[in-house]
Amino acid sequence: MSEAVPIVDTQLASSLESVDQAESIVLSSAKARGWDEDAQFDLALAVREAMVNAIKHGNQFREDKTVRFAVHSQSDGLLIQIEDQGEGFVAGNVADPTNGANILRDSGRGLLIIRAYVDNVEIASSPTGGTALSLFKKNPA
Amino acid sequence: MSAKFTSRQVGDVVVVDGEGRITLGEGSVSLRETVRDLLARGDRKILLNLAEVSYIDSSGIGELVSGFTAVNNAQGQLKLLNLTKRVQDLLQITKLYTVFEVFDDETRAVRSFS
Repeated sequence: MSEAVPIVDTQLASSLESVDQAESIVLSSAKARGWDEDAQFDLALAVREAMVNAIKHGNQFREDKTVRFAVHSQSDGLLIQIEDQGEGFVAGNVADPTNGANILRDSGRGLLIIRAYVDNVEIASSPTGGTALSLFKKNPA
Repeated sequence: MSAKFTSRQVGDVVVVDGEGRITLGEGSVSLRETVRDLLARGDRKILLNLAEVSYIDSSGIGELVSGFTAVNNAQGQLKLLNLTKRVQDLLQITKLYTVFEVFDDETRAVRSFS
């Protein structure tokens, strides 16, 4: 993996406005690299889902908790880091939303969508015990 | 822009024209309220036209599924019309193509309601 140059590294409030803000930053970063609209959309949707997970399920919209949101530029793509201050979660415990028994559930598709729209997803514990998600999307060919 | 839904009657089918973004927050709530209001006034044949819906996230997908279930539970049918490429892709990824009936022609879609 090439050296990562930070574009943004900030703490965002646990609000829906932060989801839009993160999406907007990622769209600008991808556009500045000359990515086509599809690639911009793919990354923005994955980031949106990750931010919603961090704010809704991680921080549970609590005003006293923030989300670290960082965008790093690499020669081969963009690396996004999203860290919440929630209780953490085990990805293996998330029910498969495409399974027939779960397909009519009204939630639980975020991680599936994130994995479909970026090239690499890493899930770890954040320094506060919450969830730290790293998303990497390669430059479009 | 958040989502906006406008209903029109075609025979005994209500066609709901969506517009904008169906995402967590206003967009999802607007879809939920639209389906709830149609069911409350007795509509049971609902065709959701997503031609002008530019964006859906997992919350919006969840709201589509909730609407589908609510209409089914009321012995009705909710079908989808004119999906954009991006919404089609999302339905493929989530395998919801196996759940929803999807059309790209309004006349055919309206005729398909029993």
